[in-house]
Amino acid sequence: MNSDIKLFENGKRLDGRKNDELRKIKIEVGVLHRAEGSCYLEWGDNKVIVAVYGPREAIPRHTQNPLRAIVNAKYNMAAFSVGDRKRPGPDRRSREISKVISEALENVILVEKFPRASIDVNIEVLDAEAGTRCAGLTAAAVALADAGIPMKDIPVACAAGKIENQVVLDLGKEEDNYGSADLPIAISPRTGEILLLQMDGHLTVEEFDKALDLAIKGCYIVSDIQKKAILEKYQPNSEGK
Amino acid sequence: MTIIPSIKRDFLVKLAEDGKRADGRKFDEFRNIEIEVNVISKAEGSAKVKIGNTQVLAGIKMDIGEPYPDTPDSGVMITAAELIPLASPDFESGPPRENAIELARVVDRGIRESEVIEVDKLCVVPSEKVWLVFIDIHVLDYDGNLFDAASLAALAALLTTKVPAERFELGEDYPLPLKEPPISCTSVKYNGVVVMDPSLDEEAIAEVRLTIATDKNGDIRAMQKGLNGSFNLDEIKKIIKTSLDNGRKIQELLYKSAGK
Repeated sequence: MNSDIKLFENGKRLDGRKNDELRKIKIEVGVLHRAEGSCYLEWGDNKVIVAVYGPREAIPRHTQNPLRAIVNAKYNMAAFSVGDRKRPGPDRRSREISKVISEALENVILVEKFPRASIDVNIEVLDAEAGTRCAGLTAAAVALADAGIPMKDIPVACAAGKIENQVVLDLGKEEDNYGSADLPIAISPRTGEILLLQMDGHLTVEEFDKALDLAIKGCYIVSDIQKKAILEKYQPNSEGK
Repeated sequence: MTIIPSIKRDFLVKLAEDGKRADGRKFDEFRNIEIEVNVISKAEGSAKVKIGNTQVLAGIKMDIGEPYPDTPDSGVMITAAELIPLASPDFESGPPRENAIELARVVDRGIRESEVIEVDKLCVVPSEKVWLVFIDIHVLDYDGNLFDAASLAALAALLTTKVPAERFELGEDYPLPLKEPPISCTSVKYNGVVVMDPSLDEEAIAEVRLTIATDKNGDIRAMQKGLNGSFNLDEIKKIIKTSLDNGRKIQELLYKSAGK
């Protein structure tokens, strides 16, 4: 670890947050015209846009499942979303993130209703500042709801981590780079089940328990923001819309 | 690309015979244009352009690299466009195909050949180190006329670009040196009618397309004809005039939006 970098100042984190405080989150529903469902999400300095297409016939045909739909999430980073320009197109990292997000979403979507179909979830990271997979999954869930895809629940993601021996919620850029652990999770808020779980770094069992607990608490806060954004668009007669 | 039922084609043709378009525009009228700059904090410059429902995001990244051997004192610009599946049910993932490459090349040519970026001012050490300017076009929502939306987004992004000299320990950051940018306007023809700024449906039934880039002085800076139909001379002259008129208005909007 780089001990020259101080991640706390006067008991507060670099960006002035408390240990259990999230970055600012803004969600807009239905921002794209062509997509069946869409969502634009800002999470701190992360900016993510998601479009959902389908259910539609899965192509190529050999990917079709006669019993259920396949969920095809594609996580992609814009070339200009990071410090040094990223070469366009998928790399190993984005393929892996696409896979774990697809699997998490598949859990809540009623896939058995749409045999042989694919539900395509395109996640574009426009501006990246640590925690893009959580931002991407959270936005994808809202876009799926906007597309009217039947789901058991609206999944939600959030991360916790460890910096300078303290467990904190929602790591920022420096905290991610110089901290000692990152634990992104996604849950189904209705049941509390874990849909995505990854960790890198070093945590004791006690620290893990604490981090998981904190991440779950974060998920519920984000879940409320998701629901509010969806209701704002769909609740009839709110502000005469 | 899009399969438009013949019923829809008949509808558009019939409207055109009465001098109308499906969205109520005049033949030489653009859809509403919105330009928002500095939308991406990680980019050196960025802009989101909406033309009607079409949305395009352009981001500029800069780096230090080697010049081309035949232009050892000039910076290098590289344009790439992605038609990501986010933007349309018809776009597929994978490496850029014909359409994305044509789009990137038309945008690139409009900027390169009219020398918008003053590449001769982007040399650090002759023959060794020059600035590389990456223009990345990200189509977010495809509802027709990508050429104009992408060109405009690229220009707006360039206008807000700061050369990241500090990051490379080359002194203070400074605005990217630019000349007057030409504005591109695209027209299509179907059933003998020429319309400016085609919508998705109009593009789908277009027989021929013409993109003209004009500058502030009223001169022509680039042209590209597309599709297998043809224009007569009168039509070309008329399109040049409407492109100049629209170009002037868009140029004003561009400068205003970029705070210049």
